[in-house]
Amino acid sequence: MTGNAATDSHVETAQDVRRCAAAWVQRQNFWDWSETDQAELDRWLADSASHQVAYIRAKFVWNRTGRLTALRRAPGAVENSESWFNRSFLFRSAAALALVSALGFAGVRYFEVKSQTTWRTPVGGREILTLGDGSKIELNTDTVLRIAASQRTAWLDRGEAYFQIKHDNAHPFVLMAAGKRVVDLGTKFLVRFAADDLEVALVEGKARIESAKPHTNARTAILAPGDVALATADSLSIVKVPARSIEKELSWRHDLLIFDNATLADVAAELNRYNRQKLVIAGSDVAQLRIVASIPTNGVQAFTRVAKNFLGLQVEQRGDEIVISR
Amino acid sequence: MVEVPKSDRENVDLVREEPVVPASELEAWFIREVLPLEADLMQFLRRSWQNRSDLDDLCQEVYTRTYEAAQQSIPRPVRPFVFAIARNLLIDRVRREHVVPIEAVADLDELGVALDAPSPERNVMARDELRLLQTAIARLPPRCREVVVLGRIEGLTGRQIASRLGIAETTVSDHLTAGLYALADMLLGEDSHSGKRS
Repeated sequence: MTGNAATDSHVETAQDVRRCAAAWVQRQNFWDWSETDQAELDRWLADSASHQVAYIRAKFVWNRTGRLTALRRAPGAVENSESWFNRSFLFRSAAALALVSALGFAGVRYFEVKSQTTWRTPVGGREILTLGDGSKIELNTDTVLRIAASQRTAWLDRGEAYFQIKHDNAHPFVLMAAGKRVVDLGTKFLVRFAADDLEVALVEGKARIESAKPHTNARTAILAPGDVALATADSLSIVKVPARSIEKELSWRHDLLIFDNATLADVAAELNRYNRQKLVIAGSDVAQLRIVASIPTNGVQAFTRVAKNFLGLQVEQRGDEIVISR
Repeated sequence: MVEVPKSDRENVDLVREEPVVPASELEAWFIREVLPLEADLMQFLRRSWQNRSDLDDLCQEVYTRTYEAAQQSIPRPVRPFVFAIARNLLIDRVRREHVVPIEAVADLDELGVALDAPSPERNVMARDELRLLQTAIARLPPRCREVVVLGRIEGLTGRQIASRLGIAETTVSDHLTAGLYALADMLLGEDSHSGKRS
């Protein structure tokens, strides 16, 4: 619990240092504190500037939480703190907000649906929906999703969405897309629908994918984490991919696109999904060039600069198009 | 561009200079001017660095370098200084990595332009602050939250919490440590503004 790890020769991670600092601060404030303890803390702090910084940071956060005493109940009321906290009006608004910050920068919508609700995002847009049961759906750029009043059925008409579904055995969540049904069996999954192809990547849990039309002999498949199902109107195939690639596919959730040895053609196509300015790669030899890149979803300029400065390509603006050529 | 002391840690260690700026002044400055940059700094690092598991280390390293430099003289203005350190650190790392992700450097150049941009106002009103804190606490795991609530809202000591909940004191201690650790990341490192980013 104390910070003696610093005397070891191994490299301390930020997590190690910050955990030690948090331990020191809480020890100092919640437990008996002797001169020996203080001396021990002083030694730990003297070890490195990194320790000092982490300690200042933890102490600052500790002091900030001091404001919480404003919420203390009037003396005399006897109640379990947990139930009090859950019950309070403030907690409910806090829980709602928690989702907002947990999800980062995109807006969050809460909604009560009457019949069916349609959600659309524009090119470059992103939207996070939170369903009544806490399930979350993040819509990527240029996407149309309809949700039934029951909130247990949805239709992906276009685009891409990431689903984090609270599982309910009695009412499984069903997503319809491209004539396929994806039935959640306790899941986080990514669905992308382009042209007539449907791609379902399972991040966590389990899901079943099957044809939406009854009595067809199309296959049914159970997806496990790391599985990616590729479905067209009349075929279904499952590919196993490393978790890291799925992570990359989901990088748009952080407004970032990650390419690992991707062709310029792929990079351009991906960026074009998010931007009004469209990249056009002229020449198949140029299109087949490969790069490793992490590019913000709105990073058309960053991309053209790389093309120009690092790959020595020509970049030419023509109206809404940017043509990249040899 | 801002002048930044050479980021050669070994050299600094060999000829470690005695701090000039008093510790209390340094600490007050760090809390007032550096820690509020953490959300932006983390966003910058996330955008510039692929490997998520390095982010905390990078942030901590930027803090340490900033703090060490400030021991000699407090840099003003602080924002471009901190981001220049972050940028140098990333360039050092990029050079050390086997495969150089060229676009990381390109992005850094792009971000270099944004360094002088005024920082969004991050001073929160007292009421917002309270809401922010509650939000953060609500996100702790249940048992951990319970311990933190008893300790920080009800004002119980560690020993009182242990007897109230009938759990070991070391368990209480672990929950408090974990709670404080998580709260620091939530309150400092994440963007607390739910609106779209610029």
